Amino acid sequence: MSTTEAPAPPAEPEAEPLDIRKAPTRKRLVPYWLLLPGILWLLVFFAAPLVYQASTSIQTGSLEDGFKVTWHFATYLDAIAEYWPQFLRSVLYAGTATALCLLLGYPLAYLIAFKAGRWRNLVMILVIAPFFTSFLIRTLAWKTILADGGPVVGVLNSLHVLDVTSWLGLTEGQRVLATPLAVVCGLTYNFLPFMVLPLYTSLERIDPRLHEAAGDLYARPATTFRRVTFPLSMPGVVAGTLLTFIPAAGDYINAELLGSTDQKMIGNVIQSQFLRVLDYPTAAALSFILMAAILTMVTIYIRKSGTEDLV
Amino acid sequence: MTHTATPQSSSGGDVRLHGISKTYGSFTAVHPLDLTVPAGSFFALLGASGCGKTTTLRMIAGLEDPTTGTVELSGQDVTDLPPYKRQVNTVFQNYALFPHLDIFENVAFGLRRRGIKSVKKQVEEMLDLVQLGPMARRKPQQLSGGQQQRVAVARALINHPQVLLLDEPLGALDLKLRRQMQLELKRIQTEVGITFVHVTHDQEEAMTMADTVAVMNGGRVEQLGAPADLYENPGTTFVANFLGTSNLIEAEVVEARGRQDGDLLLKAGDAKLRLPAERCSAAARTGGKVLAGVRPEKVSLAHADDAGSIADGRNRLPGRIKDASFIGVSTQYVIDAAGLGELAVYEQNIERDGRLVPGAEVVLHWSPGHTFGLDADQSLLAGTVDADAGADLDEEAA
Repeated sequence: MSTTEAPAPPAEPEAEPLDIRKAPTRKRLVPYWLLLPGILWLLVFFAAPLVYQASTSIQTGSLEDGFKVTWHFATYLDAIAEYWPQFLRSVLYAGTATALCLLLGYPLAYLIAFKAGRWRNLVMILVIAPFFTSFLIRTLAWKTILADGGPVVGVLNSLHVLDVTSWLGLTEGQRVLATPLAVVCGLTYNFLPFMVLPLYTSLERIDPRLHEAAGDLYARPATTFRRVTFPLSMPGVVAGTLLTFIPAAGDYINAELLGSTDQKMIGNVIQSQFLRVLDYPTAAALSFILMAAILTMVTIYIRKSGTEDLV
Repeated sequence: MTHTATPQSSSGGDVRLHGISKTYGSFTAVHPLDLTVPAGSFFALLGASGCGKTTTLRMIAGLEDPTTGTVELSGQDVTDLPPYKRQVNTVFQNYALFPHLDIFENVAFGLRRRGIKSVKKQVEEMLDLVQLGPMARRKPQQLSGGQQQRVAVARALINHPQVLLLDEPLGALDLKLRRQMQLELKRIQTEVGITFVHVTHDQEEAMTMADTVAVMNGGRVEQLGAPADLYENPGTTFVANFLGTSNLIEAEVVEARGRQDGDLLLKAGDAKLRLPAERCSAAARTGGKVLAGVRPEKVSLAHADDAGSIADGRNRLPGRIKDASFIGVSTQYVIDAAGLGELAVYEQNIERDGRLVPGAEVVLHWSPGHTFGLDADQSLLAGTVDADAGADLDEEAA
């Protein structure tokens, strides 16, 4: 579902290379010993399941007769052919949620980094506070908030907002629940902190004197933001969008609880293939397709945003 | 207080501060101050950390709003203008170069913001002026400190500001590079004729570069003048100690007037000293107290056995050598003068007297014309390292 990177090797001790070569063998091995637990963890819980999953995806058979590796790559093609709408929907919903998170999160992170002053820690706690409750419970709460006849629907209805969103195909009739709008709202809400935290970190690192320098060099505040602040916050924007988009694209809780069958995302398909239909090869193939698709998109995105030399 | 430096011809603008002050809560960073920086001059604001010099500079730049008073640039009141509307550019303490832009774009930033399209020629000329032509496409973090400093100067100068503000621009450089950049900046200033206002805590830097130095202390200007003038005729103990080293001796006025040569006659311990009346900034009354000062390099040392050969009419004080340190061009002595504390003497190493070693009895003597007089109602230690020991060394707080 999501990619994991091996932890970076610990930095070499700050000594001259000459000393390292002279050092006794035991000392030279220390970094590798320190790496061992992490590597073991990754082997057991990441690499091994990955290989197992890959072999599952090319098996054929049934639950009764057992599955065998038959190098049946057609499963992949069949999976794409059958479930491409859910793939597309996942990308669309996750993309929309990511964009909304950025729009909501950037001003918030900017405020915390530059304007909050002594309130900074309090606001940070407020951002993180939702994490003290389970993801599931928070999403269920949204079910109540957006319920038919609930306050949100009532207000939106009386303002005729729902007429507009229905016309756009985001809602249906007088309902918000079980519509694309509800699922995107849920995704946006649940992943907002993943956007705010990296944005805040990269904004907070910007030297305020750079703003003064830009002002001193005839840049108005808006220009300063466009030419200095925003470009310098790009590492945070990239990290935030990735941390939001990747899990959102594979998420199934929001679509499950806030959507209907018409809002199923690829996560829901994989979940039902594994747990209800018990078609393990298809489920495994779908997982790999999702992983490949996300990796491709992320690679293109990082290249395009040109943040390599900023990070 | 009104301070005006001597005017010079030039292409820059002048800066006039009228009753400008800055308070943060109950803390007064800058007391109401009137200051005029003539167009085309190289003006230094000199002082220790927290003396208000950086705050004063930031008020000229528009980065800080003055609590009271007005800022005038070339006759125009700019007090309420934001920084981006002022014809002033700043070289920041840590340069504040834009890390995401290369050197070329850093230098072109100001031109582009003013809507100038073809910047290439100007930027290249400016980079040549600071000798960084080949570095145009590098990023700031790939440059050395001295190179970054030159980029910061180029980035400000390319806009042809009326006034260039420099906030401790050389503070991050090592000593040798700093000396080199001081001359470089002075050369550039002479070449472009723009008014430079330079903030520094390094008295040597201020004296090397500036035409006029304003010594600031505790949010006020203590004294303003040409470097040599400040050095020779300090008006307060702070200036006397902060600019170089001074020997300050508490003395009683024996004769305030009446002598034909116009000198005051003082009594310090058992010794009689003469002080030209015009070099005494304090009101001297017979029987009152003044501080007699003399610079260490103006004082000569003679071994007590040779006391008879000292010319008449010179001020003399007996003492014992407490410490001597040889530093190449000169030898610095610490003399324990009976009842008057420790005095410093710098002797040129021309003909060294082998008897002048720690423990030797000596006589200090100097021309009375080199004596200056200060008001005795001030701390002898103001402006010395001892007085600064507790001060916050963080310039950013200044």
